[in-house]
Amino acid sequence: MTALLEVSDLVRKYEVRRGAWPFGQVATLQAVDGVSFRLEAGRTLGLVGESGCGKTTTAKLVLGLVPITSGSVTIAGEPLPPIGSMEWRAIRRRMQMVYQDPLGALDRRLSVGRQVMEPLAIHGIGEPKQRRDKALAMLDAVGLAAHHFDRYPHELSGGQRQRIVLGRALILDPQLLVCDEPISALDVSIQAQVVNLLLDLQQRLGLAYLFISHDLRMVRQVSHEVAVMYLGRIVEQGDPDRLFAAPAHPYTRALVSAIPVARRGRRQRLVLAGEPPNPVDRPGGCAFHPRCPFAVERCRVETPALRQLGDGRQAACHLAEELPKSLAA
Amino acid sequence: MAEPLVALKGLTVDFDTGKRVVRALHGIDLEVTAGEAIGLVGESGCGKSVTWLAALGLLGKSARIGGQVLLGGRNLVGAPVAKLEHVRGRRIAMIFQDPSSSLNPVHRIGRQLGEALSLHLGLGGGAAEAEARRLLDRVHIADAGRRLQDYPHELSGGMNQRVMIAMALAGQPDLLVADEPTTALDATIQAQILELLGEIRRESGMAMVLISHDLGVVAENTDRVCVMYAGRIVEDAPSDTIFGAPTHPYTQGLLAALPELEGPRRPLRAIAGVVPEPANLPPGCSFAPRCERAIADCSRAPPLAAELSLGHRVACIRAAEARA
Repeated sequence: MTALLEVSDLVRKYEVRRGAWPFGQVATLQAVDGVSFRLEAGRTLGLVGESGCGKTTTAKLVLGLVPITSGSVTIAGEPLPPIGSMEWRAIRRRMQMVYQDPLGALDRRLSVGRQVMEPLAIHGIGEPKQRRDKALAMLDAVGLAAHHFDRYPHELSGGQRQRIVLGRALILDPQLLVCDEPISALDVSIQAQVVNLLLDLQQRLGLAYLFISHDLRMVRQVSHEVAVMYLGRIVEQGDPDRLFAAPAHPYTRALVSAIPVARRGRRQRLVLAGEPPNPVDRPGGCAFHPRCPFAVERCRVETPALRQLGDGRQAACHLAEELPKSLAA
Repeated sequence: MAEPLVALKGLTVDFDTGKRVVRALHGIDLEVTAGEAIGLVGESGCGKSVTWLAALGLLGKSARIGGQVLLGGRNLVGAPVAKLEHVRGRRIAMIFQDPSSSLNPVHRIGRQLGEALSLHLGLGGGAAEAEARRLLDRVHIADAGRRLQDYPHELSGGMNQRVMIAMALAGQPDLLVADEPTTALDATIQAQILELLGEIRRESGMAMVLISHDLGVVAENTDRVCVMYAGRIVEDAPSDTIFGAPTHPYTQGLLAALPELEGPRRPLRAIAGVVPEPANLPPGCSFAPRCERAIADCSRAPPLAAELSLGHRVACIRAAEARA
């Protein structure tokens, strides 16, 4: 079966200058370094990792918002057309993006209704009257009332604004929604409302989500599969329940153990030394080895490939099977 | 009972918007004992930060502050600036969410630390530099001598937050108010910073008020938690009680809205509706319109906090039933 979205060996490099212009040498920053995954219709893939790990770049590459350096993205078996082409515009109807900051994603000078209708106008769908009806139906679907149609973004709360962004993304009946930290800017009680809405919409409309977040608990809540990224690569991928209950990669272990738990009964915590290195200075061998408490000589020289671990899980760690169970697992 | 280090008594804040006066804080009663770690949780706009900005006189001219802030028996509300300056940084220090905007981008770290040291301890020259170096060591910044020459943009977010903590420690305060200190940081860096704050507290006996929207962060790092909603403390209890037996419907709602990392996945129980605006608070209990257990009496008058058991206060007229 062809997947809705298939990404293989995706690479994105940027040229950056070290030091102030015109001095300093040009260096290559590898924001995404060989990422592969597939996403079936109606499913959710969660992408987690710390800032700068390449999550958002991956999302933009998938939608063709950033040109690919090498590798491929296929949508329902077809390669992603060149950015800006007519074919690309047509395919973008089926793939929409939701950003973190709803106020930044909305136009403050346009009423809610006009913004929700705008994608229909851009793609030349329907008559004005039909567009209006469709937008009203969409507001209802995302839990807003008809009287919100003539309101402006500043008059609404953060949760309501994110509902508008969702409505605007969904009005073209997309099959894939790329959500980049969709709930991070919202309060706890509102996060739950939006996550429940996302799950409900998925069930009703058969949407696929690429769900990017640093919040592991929310990712587990919504995902069918999870991929953990570190410095542009997927270091572990698999079923969310198993992956978070017994992480195979030391980085996933550290991420899981870094989550403070509201309920008492503390676990042992694996606090990593240092910070994620600058992607320009990617360490040799396994990129995680300078921060890894388990690293051995082999980790310094040989880059581990993502490999199957048996239970449907993949991890990129030489020692995945041999790690001690005790330390913050 | 030991004499509290700081006591807020009926603290109120009104903001004058020019057109009307809006009350943001409706009488906060809170005591911080020496060495204690207290968490303040709640959603944005509930008054967590305003409480402490008001206590330290940092709110500016449009804010009118009422009630009392007692530090060693003396009231800080309405105190002259000269007196407040003896308190800020020296008795009570504060760190904020975004370290890079709290630091001055055009001055080196060393100079900014030096400024704090000369203000609080009257140090200068070599003595200030030695002390600055010791403080950076204290917050585990490697190669302190060289880092003093760096500008904030040359350091990462986690490093800048360490510098802010070092600066807060410069005046050897009795109380550190940490306002969302790790919200802007990545998970593994957040763990490092919280570990550091805990270590400093264990060694120096400094009290801490940890302001956060993250219930997990508060649960793990404090002895006592105050949950705030719409400018009031609605529940105040030992951390174990708040998370083990939450009593106010809002506290219960917040905990039910959080997904778990382990165990079976369950649908999240969202709290319906939104936080009311300070200018349009509902009559009576501010949470009543969103509360599943609200009854007609809830809209009559704001509920007073009642002590359910030792050190557990709840502002809900149905609290006794909720516990049963």
